[in-house]
Amino acid sequence: MYTFGDPSVWLPFVFAGLMGVSILIYVVLDGFDLGVGVLFPFATDAEKDKMVASIGPFWDANETWLVLAVGLLLVAFPQAHGAILTALYLPVAIMLIGLILRGVAFEFRAKAPAPYKRAWNNAFFAGSLMTSLSQGFMLGMYVMGLEWTLPHVGFALLTAVFLTVGYSFIGATWVIHKTEKVLQLKAIDWAKGGIWGLVLGIGAISAATPLVSDRIFDKWFSWPEALWLSPLPILSGVLVVSLWVMLRRMPFAADGFSWLPFAAATTLWAMAFGGMAYSFYPYVVPEKLTIYEAASAPESLFIILLGTLVVLPTILAYTVLSYVIFRGKATELRYD
Amino acid sequence: MDALLLSRIQFAANISFHILFPTITIALGWVLVFFRLRYNQTKDHRWMEAYGFWVKVFALSFAMGVVSGITMSFQFGTNWPGFMEKVGNIAGPLLAYEVLTAFFLEAVFLGIMLFGASRVKAWVHTTATVLVAFGTTMSAFWIIVLNSWMHTPQGFEMIDGVAHATDWWAIVFNPSMPYRFAHMMIASFLTVSFLIAGISAYRWIIGGKTEGVRVALKTAIVAAALLIPVQIFVGDMHGLNTLEHQPQKVAAMEGNWETQSNVPLLLFALPNEETRSNDFEIAIPNLASIILTHHADGVVPGLNDFVAEDGTILHPRVAPVFWSFRVMVGIGMLMLVVSWATVALMLRKRRDGAGRRGVSGLPKPVLYGLVGMSFSGWVATLAGWYTTEIGRQPWLVQGVLSTKDAVADVPAAMVGTTLVAYLLVYAALLVAYIGVIFYLAGRASRGQSDGPVVARPNTPSPLPAE
Ligand code: HDD
Ligand code: HEM
Ligand code: HEM
Repeated sequence: MYTFGDPSVWLPFVFAGLMGVSILIYVVLDGFDLGVGVLFPFATDAEKDKMVASIGPFWDANETWLVLAVGLLLVAFPQAHGAILTALYLPVAIMLIGLILRGVAFEFRAKAPAPYKRAWNNAFFAGSLMTSLSQGFMLGMYVMGLEWTLPHVGFALLTAVFLTVGYSFIGATWVIHKTEKVLQLKAIDWAKGGIWGLVLGIGAISAATPLVSDRIFDKWFSWPEALWLSPLPILSGVLVVSLWVMLRRMPFAADGFSWLPFAAATTLWAMAFGGMAYSFYPYVVPEKLTIYEAASAPESLFIILLGTLVVLPTILAYTVLSYVIFRGKATELRYD
Repeated sequence: MDALLLSRIQFAANISFHILFPTITIALGWVLVFFRLRYNQTKDHRWMEAYGFWVKVFALSFAMGVVSGITMSFQFGTNWPGFMEKVGNIAGPLLAYEVLTAFFLEAVFLGIMLFGASRVKAWVHTTATVLVAFGTTMSAFWIIVLNSWMHTPQGFEMIDGVAHATDWWAIVFNPSMPYRFAHMMIASFLTVSFLIAGISAYRWIIGGKTEGVRVALKTAIVAAALLIPVQIFVGDMHGLNTLEHQPQKVAAMEGNWETQSNVPLLLFALPNEETRSNDFEIAIPNLASIILTHHADGVVPGLNDFVAEDGTILHPRVAPVFWSFRVMVGIGMLMLVVSWATVALMLRKRRDGAGRRGVSGLPKPVLYGLVGMSFSGWVATLAGWYTTEIGRQPWLVQGVLSTKDAVADVPAAMVGTTLVAYLLVYAALLVAYIGVIFYLAGRASRGQSDGPVVARPNTPSPLPAE
């Protein structure tokens, strides 16, 4: 009947996929620059400048993936957008204020009169911390089904801390790649500390997810699904161990492979995320609303899809271009 | 206060704060392109000096625009879920196109524009600047399309209480879009012109009389003088368009209660909703009829036509619409006088006949006047948006969705708390923003300029002897 099958089935699926990809790109990209902000108190003033220089050309585009992810949620699953965001009203507000503070601090710390620089550095740290914590909190609440009960909030508070540590881990691996000498050594230490946040975080979410819902439990532990799911935890374990071994030996001669911890961290992130996506599918509001029930009208989704197919590759291309232009060790940020 | 009112205040506070910065970045992007191209053409360093100063203001404004914009995109979900549920099929694609075609373009090339000059070829840098400017304009386009559609919706049908698009062309080119887009773009250019003129005048006064300041001031004031008549003309057309589609809004703008002919233009009045009449009117006879219908005895719709049988009021609150409209038009008139007078003064011949006086010939009071007008564009723009948006109430989407049906079911206390938090942050940031602009201006004038040097060191040229 339809050329490509029923659009009210495959369109929501495609959009859930697109949304998942943008959230993943967001947590990796903004994850590292938020993490750099969270690590601020551990750095000296000169190091802070270097750290900001390593993310300066990128942070804005990184945050745009959040706008895209929320945008896709908004346009493709309007009901879910309303349900999720009203349930998370407070953490969203805290996150937004955090994003505001850190975003403007980038500019103000470089332009305001010298005596204010320290204050803006603090604002940058505070904003990054607020953002990371609230995102971790929202993640926890989401996993728990968006219900404000004491145990759920308690769990969400834990994931808030874990995600923040996880972000600072990936931020540290970014600093390892983008800097050298003393700061790089420091960053290696930070990464060694941060890796525990990641392990605990992924562990906690993985342990909690199947317990919250029988449906997810079955998805994980029934045969044969469990079999082809098993590479996920095994690979993650291998990655964590090799990251640990690697970090203890870094920096390598001639600064070789300084990108490897970042790449490994990204892969770990992607696998954890893939696991979550698998568990929650087909729900967009956990256990309440599936992507098929929440989807916008097919004709509207279709017109967005057309644009997306043309524009998304272009966006990816010029994002890559910008990372290529600013490749190598971070240099002082100057408008020339 | 109830959650609806608080949500409205919160939305109004957020969008008002947001729009301040796009208003600057949209036009300033193009002004930077202009500076950059003039430099490429003439290799004259004063253009690069101007570029170097204003690109910093751009970067700062851009950051403010981005972070406050992110707040906006969450607001729909947190405070107005009914909006997306009912008209999401139309609003969604428009917002998506804004993200896809505009936001990424701006955000990625901004990095190259700001920090890439030494890493890429000159033409790549110029192209990045153009793409950023283009991106801000695209984003203005899409959001104005959506906003205009909310005022003059068409191209859709309602199925089970949800809007479904039937004709995208009609949705995008809805009747009020061309007027609103043109009016907003020019508003942005006027805001930036007066900002550049004002800050340059400030630098001139405190002694930073460099060539870069001189060209910036001249460019800005000439642009303002050329654009303001166009803006007044476009504004008038916009009003006629509104008369056709939202007569109740025009009635409130004019403070006209009864549908009648020979309606006067009110210069001052206190609209009184209790007595449904105006107190303390000062008016010019027949002028409103002339402006709106081009006849002295033309009939202008009145507010009393928009009261239902049962007494329900179907028009917006009159006083805020009436007054914000006057603030906007008043500032428009002021801009006309100031820009033309300044240009006239610059065009005066020197007494010895050796050319025009230009910027050096501007008397102190005029310079101070320009400083005072630095942020006048902001006031006019906000006033304009208040006219438009409050004038649409009680509708959110004219005739389709009322504001109260869209509001979220969130406890008032929560909305109130977050509102206070936002307001505190915004107030602090606004002070910091304006303070830093003046600080940068002062620092640049004391010769501590560290503007970008693209080709070779940038030596401010000495002033020619007067
Ligand atoms: C007439 C222009 C205009 C208007 C009415 C709005 N915006 Fe805006 N917006 C812009 C013009 C703009 C801009 C010029 O494109 C900005 C400002 C600075 C910037 O980076 O882009 C921007 C930034 C911006 C961003 C950040 C983009 C990024 O990450 O780069 C978001 C998410 C929004 N806006 C969302 C909104 C929403 C949801 C609005 C309405 C309710 C809205 N804007 C009104
Ligand atoms: C950028 C310039 C804009 C400004 C300054 C502005 C200002 C305002 C103000 C002051 C109100 C409150 C009216 C009232 O409640 O009495 C309002 C309402 C509203 N506007 Fe706008 N607006 C702008 C653009 C937009 C755009 C582009 C959209 C949508 C895409 C939009 C959507 C809304 C919504 C959803 C409301 C209803 C909430 C409310 O009543 O407060 N506005 N706006
Ligand atoms: C002096 C002559 C002007 C006239 C006759 C005029 C007319 C109008 C009218 C009738 C509206 C309401 C549109 C509606 O009904 O929805 C409007 C809105 C607006 N005005 Fe003006 N205007 C003038 C000057 C200005 C100036 C100087 C600025 C800013 C620098 C400005 C900025 C705006 C903005 C931002 C809006 C809201 C967006 C829109 O609906 O276009 N206007 N104007």
